[in-house]
Amino acid sequence: MDWPFIIASLIKIIVFALAIVMVMVAYSVYAERRVSAAIQDRVGPNRVGPPLTLFGAKKDPRFAGLFQPMADGIKFLLKEDFTPNHVNKGFYWLAPALVLIPALLTCAVLPFGSELDLGFLGIETPIPMVIANLNAGPLFIFAIASLGVYGIVLAGWASNSKYAFFGGVRSTSQMISYELSLGLSLVPLLLIYSQLNLVNIVQFQDANGWLMLPMWGEGWTLERWVLLIPIFISFLIFTTSIFAETNRTPFDLPECETELVAGYHTEYSSMKFALFFMGEYAAMIVGSGLIVTLFFGGWSIPFAPYLGLAYEAGNTPFWLGLLHIACFLAKIVVFIIFFIFVRWTIPRFRYDKLMDLGWKVFFEVALVNIFLTALIIWFFNRS
Amino acid sequence: MALVVKRPKLTISERLFFPTLIKGLRITFAHFLRSIQGKSKVTMQYPEEKWDDELPEHFRGAPALVTDEHGKERCVSCQLCEFICPPRAITIIPEEIPTEDKWAKVEKRPQEFDIDMIRCIYCGLCEEVCPEQAIFLRKDYAITGLTREEMVHDKEKLYEIGGVRTGLVNKWNELK
Repeated sequence: MDWPFIIASLIKIIVFALAIVMVMVAYSVYAERRVSAAIQDRVGPNRVGPPLTLFGAKKDPRFAGLFQPMADGIKFLLKEDFTPNHVNKGFYWLAPALVLIPALLTCAVLPFGSELDLGFLGIETPIPMVIANLNAGPLFIFAIASLGVYGIVLAGWASNSKYAFFGGVRSTSQMISYELSLGLSLVPLLLIYSQLNLVNIVQFQDANGWLMLPMWGEGWTLERWVLLIPIFISFLIFTTSIFAETNRTPFDLPECETELVAGYHTEYSSMKFALFFMGEYAAMIVGSGLIVTLFFGGWSIPFAPYLGLAYEAGNTPFWLGLLHIACFLAKIVVFIIFFIFVRWTIPRFRYDKLMDLGWKVFFEVALVNIFLTALIIWFFNRS
Repeated sequence: MALVVKRPKLTISERLFFPTLIKGLRITFAHFLRSIQGKSKVTMQYPEEKWDDELPEHFRGAPALVTDEHGKERCVSCQLCEFICPPRAITIIPEEIPTEDKWAKVEKRPQEFDIDMIRCIYCGLCEEVCPEQAIFLRKDYAITGLTREEMVHDKEKLYEIGGVRTGLVNKWNELK
């Protein structure tokens, strides 16, 4: 048995997949509320602070409402967990877990940092900051992420209620249609990287410029700059499909309040509802992580070679490792804010438009994009 | 005849969706920036900021009983307010003023005067109807309590809120 590897993996799982992602979920809910409030000229939750008055203090400090997620969490735990009589109990209980677990599982292949040199703890080899270094990263993510639809369908079906059922059905058709363009929009990237290992993909970008910003290393070639056209199309399709996959506005038809009460989680309350909520936000975070990893260089620091911060395998100081992790998280935060902005900017798609967009536009564009990329690569590499 | 709704013809940039998305994002981002710089007008932060200084003269808050400049309760228990009160929030039990009292010639005063503040709708009809100008609507609006009993203002409480009010009704004065 390779005990050090198992222990290191466990620590990485607990710290990254549970601690960091869960805290980010909680605080992206808070960010969503504050940012949407700012967009709509409101204030948003700005009051909850640590309840020091319980321990004899004169006044509760506020911290701009930063304790709101904790209060929400406690509220969810203390609420009555109500199971209606008319539901299919087994599936009803299974569904919330099936939404959250795939979202967290996809964290496994995302490289969230380069490597940490723990030499001062007496550990010789630097620890790679990825939970599972798979040679089929994007494939693994697609395989697991599409499991998320089962949770939603089961929730809709087992609830035995019209609204929930409609939500579940809509979610199925939507996720299946967008899965297609999601996968196809990545093929051009794989043609460029010519590999499926996310760790190597990020290292390549660190050395040769991000895919969307080829401005150092081997990025200064005409080929890379011409390739920006298909890459940008891919980026648009991929990001839009991620929006659809995470059921967020403008594609939040499975849970549109105006038509379906609350969609597939109408019959859920308390912590079961919270699991759906967390699943949605975790999927959003992982989706942002995937966009960042594939298009914006993952953990790599922009213009690293010019700043002298370039990554060298096995020779990265501890602080640079931490800086890489911080860089990755910062990029994710930017994308989460972008997700929030889009949600509070545009209205929901009409259902037939949504299907049209998925099948009649994105699917074809993604296919043409693959040929375009292949053509460009062939043109620059013919001998 | 069915009404034919003319659909607006979309331009190419509108049909491509992304340009319009960017336009929309510009608007929301402008609002966001204005908000975080504190330039946009937002809701009053209630417990800290209050409206009290800007209350208009005619503001109708909690009703209260007043005494006159001699410390006499103005209310003579005519019960007009009790009868006119639309939600029947007022309950009065009148009592005769004993003969040895200084104000014996007033004859009646309230023994009990209860206003149920849960029922009160702050309409001001009691103030309007009172012939003695004994009941007034004050500017207090934050009437709170933890029980129903607490929300019933009795005579003592009503006089405490109302205080002394001088002027005008002088018909029970010695001078007259």
